Amino acid sequence: MDEIFQHIVNAMVLGSTYALLGIGLTIIFGIMRVVNFAHGELYTLGAYVAYGMVALLKLDFFSSILVAAAVGMLVGALIEFVFLRRKDLKNIDEVMLIMIGIMIVMQNLELLAWGGVAKIIPTPFSQEPISFGSISIAPTRLFVFGVAAILLFIFYLGIERTRFGLAIRATFQDQDAARIVGVNVKRIYTLTFALGSAMAAVAGALLAPMFVATPMMGDLASLKAFAIVILGGLGNLGGAALGGFLLAFIEEFGASYISSAYRDAFGFLVIIIVMLFRPQGLFSVKERVG
Amino acid sequence: MNWTLFFVFVVVLCLLPVVWPDPYVLSVMGSAGIMIIAAISLNLLLGYTGQLSLGHAAFFGIGAYTSALMSLGFSIDLGFGLTWQVDAKPVWIAFLTAIVVTGFFGWLVGKLAFKVRGAYFVVITISFAQVMRMISLNWTDLTEGPMGLISIPALTLWVPGEGIISLTSKAAIYWLVLAIGILAYLLVAMLVNSRQGRAMIALRENETLATSVGIPVTYYLALATIISAAIAGAAGGLYSHTVRIIDPDVFLFIYTVTMVIMVIAGGKGTLGGPVIGGLIFGLMPELLRGVVGPEVQWVIYGVTMIAILLFLPRGLVPAFYDFIAWLRKPGTEQPRKSKSSLVQGAKS
Repeated sequence: MDEIFQHIVNAMVLGSTYALLGIGLTIIFGIMRVVNFAHGELYTLGAYVAYGMVALLKLDFFSSILVAAAVGMLVGALIEFVFLRRKDLKNIDEVMLIMIGIMIVMQNLELLAWGGVAKIIPTPFSQEPISFGSISIAPTRLFVFGVAAILLFIFYLGIERTRFGLAIRATFQDQDAARIVGVNVKRIYTLTFALGSAMAAVAGALLAPMFVATPMMGDLASLKAFAIVILGGLGNLGGAALGGFLLAFIEEFGASYISSAYRDAFGFLVIIIVMLFRPQGLFSVKERVG
Repeated sequence: MNWTLFFVFVVVLCLLPVVWPDPYVLSVMGSAGIMIIAAISLNLLLGYTGQLSLGHAAFFGIGAYTSALMSLGFSIDLGFGLTWQVDAKPVWIAFLTAIVVTGFFGWLVGKLAFKVRGAYFVVITISFAQVMRMISLNWTDLTEGPMGLISIPALTLWVPGEGIISLTSKAAIYWLVLAIGILAYLLVAMLVNSRQGRAMIALRENETLATSVGIPVTYYLALATIISAAIAGAAGGLYSHTVRIIDPDVFLFIYTVTMVIMVIAGGKGTLGGPVIGGLIFGLMPELLRGVVGPEVQWVIYGVTMIAILLFLPRGLVPAFYDFIAWLRKPGTEQPRKSKSSLVQGAKS
C-alpha cells in the first residue's frame, strides 16, 4: 500500500512538469494550428541555459530558472517572427516540416555548444530525502512540484482573468471574429509562441536537476509532449494539464508493475490506442484537423 | 514522364562502376541508393496521397530486421513451454518475406491510422516508429537489443558459369541497389499513372470531392500505404544484407527525417523528385565529411530544408521545370499569337 502512495507521489511530481510541457505545446497548436516539433528543443534549451547559468556564471538555481524562461520566450518569439509570420499557416504539412528543420538545427547547435556528455545541474537542496511516514521524496522534486503547480495556477489565472487571456481565448475560438473585434492576431501569435516556448524552457530547467541534461533529451520530450497533448485533445488547455498527469501515472505504474524497460513505450501505446477509439482526445469534443 | 531522359539516366548510372570503379564512390552511391528507394516509397504516400508519414523509418527498420532474422533463423518463446523455431532461410526468401511483412504492417498502420488525418496521422506514425524502436531495443531474445544483429548473409545471385555468388563487392551491391531502385521507380510510376494513382491524387487534392464522386478513400489510402511500406521494407532488407549489421538505430526519427528532406527538396508528388533530392542529400554527407563535423553537417541539412520550404516549397524538380518553361516562354507564345486569332480573341 505504501508502495502505491510512493508511486503516486512520484507520478504527481513528474506529471506537474509534463503538464507544463503539454500546455506549452497545446496552446501553440490550439491558437496557431502549428505542430511544434521544436518544442523538445526549447525544453533542452531551458535545461542548458539553467546549467550554463548555475555552472558557468555561478548564478543561483532560482534565478537561472527565470533566465531560462526569458531565453525560451525570446527564442520562441524569434522563431515565430522569422519563420512562421510569412507562412500560410493553413498549410499544416509545410509548417510542420519547417518546425522539423528548426528542430534539427537547434538540436545540433546544442550538441555543438555543449558536447554529447550529459551535464548534471547542481541544486541548493540537500540530497537527503524528506520522509512522510513511509513515503520519501527528494527536496528537489518537492521544489519542482511546487514551482510547476504555481506556474500552472498562474497560467490558469492569466488565461481566465486577464484581458490578454481573453484575447487569447477569443483567438482560440474564432480567429476571424477576434480580428473583427480588434484583437491583434499577429501579436497574439507571437506572444503565444513565446509563452509556449517559455513553458517548455521552464519545464526543461525544472526537470534537468531530476535527471541530467543531454542534447538528445529533446527528442523524447517532444514525443512525450505530443502524447500528453493527444491524451488531452490537441488544443485543449485543461486536457493538456490532465494529460500530463495521466501520462506520468501511466509511465510510473506501467514501469513498476509491468516492465521498466518499456517505460517510455507505454505513452506511445496509449497514444495509438486513444487515437483509435477517441481521436479527439480523452477530454475534448470532436473536431477534425488537417 | 520523359522516357528518353529516364533511359539516359539509367544507362549513365549502370555504366558508373565501369568508368569509375572506385570502391569508395560505389559504396557511397550504394548507400545513397538505398535511402533513395526509401524516399521513393515515402513520396508515394506524402507526394501522391498527401499524407505525411513521419514513421517511415519503422517500415525501413521492420524490413531490415525481418530480412535479417529470416536469413539468420530465430526462435521465439511463446510461453507454456512452446517455442516457434524458424531455421535460417535462403536470403532471397528472407528478402521477399521482409517485403510481405512490411506490406502487412503498412496495411495495419494504414487501416488504423487513416481514421484520422493531418497532425493526428503524423503523430500516430511517429508513435508507431517509437514503439518499434522500443521493441527492438528491449526484446533482446529476438533482436539482441542494442547489440544489434551481426553477420547477416549477403544477397546472392546465380551467374552462368560461376554458379551462385554472394553479392559482396561494391560494384555488385551498387548494381543490385540500382536494379531494385529502378524496379521501385517503375512500380511507383506505373501506379501513379494508373486509375488507382489518379484516385490517390484526387484524394490529395480534395478528399470530400473525391468521396462524393464515389472514390473509396480508405481503400486507396490503405493501398498506397501497403505499397509504400513494402518498398520501404525492401530498402530496409537491402540495407541489412549489404551493411550486414543492424541495430535499433534503424528506427531513429532522423532516418525518417532524411527521407522527408529528400522528398521535399526534390519535389513531392513528382517521380524524379525523390531521386534528385536523394542524390543531393545522399551524397552531401560524404562531400561534407572531413570538411565539417557531423553536427555542422546536420545544421546545414536543417538550414537547407528550411530554405527550400520557405523559398521553393514545391521542390527542386518542379522549380527546374518552371525555369525551363520560363526560358522557352517567348518562343512558345510567339507562334500561338500569330497562328490562332481565336485564342487571342478569347483572351482579350
